[in-house]
Amino acid sequence: MLARRSLTGFAKRCSQSYRPYASAAPSAFAGHKGSHGKYTVTLIPGDGIGPEISESIKAIYSAVDVPIEWEEVSVTPVLKGGKTVIPDAAINSVRKNTVALKGPLATPIGKGHVSLNLTLRRTFNLFANVRPCISIKGFKTPYDDVNTVLIRENTEGEYSGIEHEIVDGVVQSIKLITYDASERVARYAFDYAQASGRKRVTAVHKANIMKMSDGMFLSACRHVSKDYPDISYDEDLLDRVCLQIVQNPEPYSNRVMVMPNLYGDILSDMCAGLIGGLGLTPSGNIGRDASIFEAVHGSAPDIAGKGLANPTALLLSSLMMLRHMNLNEHAAKIGKATLDTIAEGKTITGDLGGRATTKEYTAAIIAKLTGA
Amino acid sequence: MLRNALASAARPALHQSRAATTLSAGFPRVTQRSPTKYGGVYTVTLIPGDGIGAEITDSVKEIFDYVNAPIEWEQYNVSGMSSAGEDLFKQAMESLKRNRVGLKGILFTPISQSGHISWNVAMRQQLDIYASVVLCKSLPGFPTRHSNVDFAIIRENTEGEYSGLEHQSYPGVVESLKVMTRAKAERISRFAFDFALKNDRKKVTCIHKANIMKLGDGLFLNTFRKVAEEYKSAGIEANDMIIDNTSMQLVAKPSQFDVMVMPNLYGAIISNIGAALVGGPGIVPGCNVGSDYALFEPGCRHVASDIMGTNRANPAAMILSATMMLRHLGLDSIANNIAGATFDVINAGEVRTADMNGESIALSGYLCSTFSGAATTSEFTAAVIKKL
Repeated sequence: MLARRSLTGFAKRCSQSYRPYASAAPSAFAGHKGSHGKYTVTLIPGDGIGPEISESIKAIYSAVDVPIEWEEVSVTPVLKGGKTVIPDAAINSVRKNTVALKGPLATPIGKGHVSLNLTLRRTFNLFANVRPCISIKGFKTPYDDVNTVLIRENTEGEYSGIEHEIVDGVVQSIKLITYDASERVARYAFDYAQASGRKRVTAVHKANIMKMSDGMFLSACRHVSKDYPDISYDEDLLDRVCLQIVQNPEPYSNRVMVMPNLYGDILSDMCAGLIGGLGLTPSGNIGRDASIFEAVHGSAPDIAGKGLANPTALLLSSLMMLRHMNLNEHAAKIGKATLDTIAEGKTITGDLGGRATTKEYTAAIIAKLTGA
Repeated sequence: MLRNALASAARPALHQSRAATTLSAGFPRVTQRSPTKYGGVYTVTLIPGDGIGAEITDSVKEIFDYVNAPIEWEQYNVSGMSSAGEDLFKQAMESLKRNRVGLKGILFTPISQSGHISWNVAMRQQLDIYASVVLCKSLPGFPTRHSNVDFAIIRENTEGEYSGLEHQSYPGVVESLKVMTRAKAERISRFAFDFALKNDRKKVTCIHKANIMKLGDGLFLNTFRKVAEEYKSAGIEANDMIIDNTSMQLVAKPSQFDVMVMPNLYGAIISNIGAALVGGPGIVPGCNVGSDYALFEPGCRHVASDIMGTNRANPAAMILSATMMLRHLGLDSIANNIAGATFDVINAGEVRTADMNGESIALSGYLCSTFSGAATTSEFTAAVIKKL
């Protein structure tokens, strides 16, 4: 049960009582079943291999009767008022359902395109990105004791997009840190720690150099930590964390790490590298108005349509989603079947060193679930 | 006269996979003024630094004494633990400007806002030692999780995120400026390509985040590409990679990298990942060079105050940095002698400090019965001296 402990966070926090003094509203989940007794979830299959791996998730979910009804939408940009935007139907669907599962999107290359991910992030105030990385038994890497959880501030910092060229050849990029956003993500990190049974929150920073900006991030974390006496809090330099995780990731399995945008981006991919890449790591974007769970790997146009793609990352992300929706039993069951299938190594996809197709891999998981 | 400054420092003499070019090749952008030398003796500024600095520089001094290296130390015990050391810091800077060559440990920087700025950074900026070079190579006789690691990290040292320009524009809203300039991007790119040429390396990879910071990192990347054109005919391949992907690739497939060039902050991240791949900060040497000055310090910049004064620190990184300095001064034979002895001790595996001992136990269980106790800093130093 590798996954259980690390992916539990979402679920339990929904059942917690609302904290009236919290400046970060708990991530939204409307949580109403439809007339047919199912929750409706927006599904954005995405590009490239997206549709194939989404099919795999749908097949597994219907095999074990997960009470979820998918509302499939496309986010392919449309022209509206001279600008390319995400279709209203997609926005409205996510807003209504407050939960979405999203496959990989091809990054449009060229100017004038606002990144779709960025648009979704802004539209739904997705302020925290949660990236758990757990070693997958059956897929050998130089590290077999990885179990990290990283929470990344997702709205500002180095990715503020405020840049200008002062004179020719001299550019200023502004890293923007606000107390409110720092506090919001810090609070979420502590909530997550509490819910997932990790007893420690570590803020990762570079405040020895960026004294004011990272300094403020730290002061927000310190302030929030006082509200959580049962969770211990400490701070560590980015340099040290990089060094120590790569040398020995094991000690980091007892804590939640929280950090500004850029550090989180780099560290979360580094942790993914420890366990074998983005094909095995789930991701969740927690927001005020909705939460979007996604596979962070690329759309792999080279193998699209061939039925060879590995759906694991999207499947694990969907399990984070189930826990977010308090469907813990289903999440645990599917998670175990998936990890068992990979551990056995008989029916695994090419990227994991096997020869199975997406369909065969999916069927193997379903067989485990239904006992067939 | 930065001749083959780093060259073989991280490159075990006993296991030369790369041709002799590595040993004898010059270092790009030699310093223009020669270091101070009186009566055949070079005067070198020594700043032991905080944490384990004193112990590991003692180790260097002891070894240099033993081989009668023609080095006279001008030692300044600057400490960043309190701002009171500022006068001494200024004196040390004067000394560095006089001598043009220095060896230093890492100075502590407080994270509180009232504390002084990083003196490590101030030194690099004031002396304009713009290129930080860190070599990460798997050491023979010391297996880690990864093998065949052999890359060089060239890091811009004077601008970017470390500009130190920050302000609170409104309570609760802080802006921190990252400054990138074409001139400095070009200078460091050229340095990287020259380094590749002289050390017989084939590929230079630019590390950036230009997909998000389109102007700032974009400027760095575009400048790099322009410089790359000039080195095409010399057969140096150039490519680029986004920083998050790089860190993922590094821990999964580190052997794909050769020379990497990057802005300041990414350098801090990558050099730590790199050090971790080959065995930790205790064995990775480094230096900072500019057109006038050269300052040698361990490649992975950690104060390590947790083991300070316990005689447990691994002095190898500092010893190897010092041998890079000797090569910079043209004292190649002494440098090779000391570096060779250090690598011999590591390869023999009998005397290892705690940081290396732990790994070897984890990886090959049988070692622990034979060599259970970790060696102290002074035992390691003695072992190196014995091999000389």
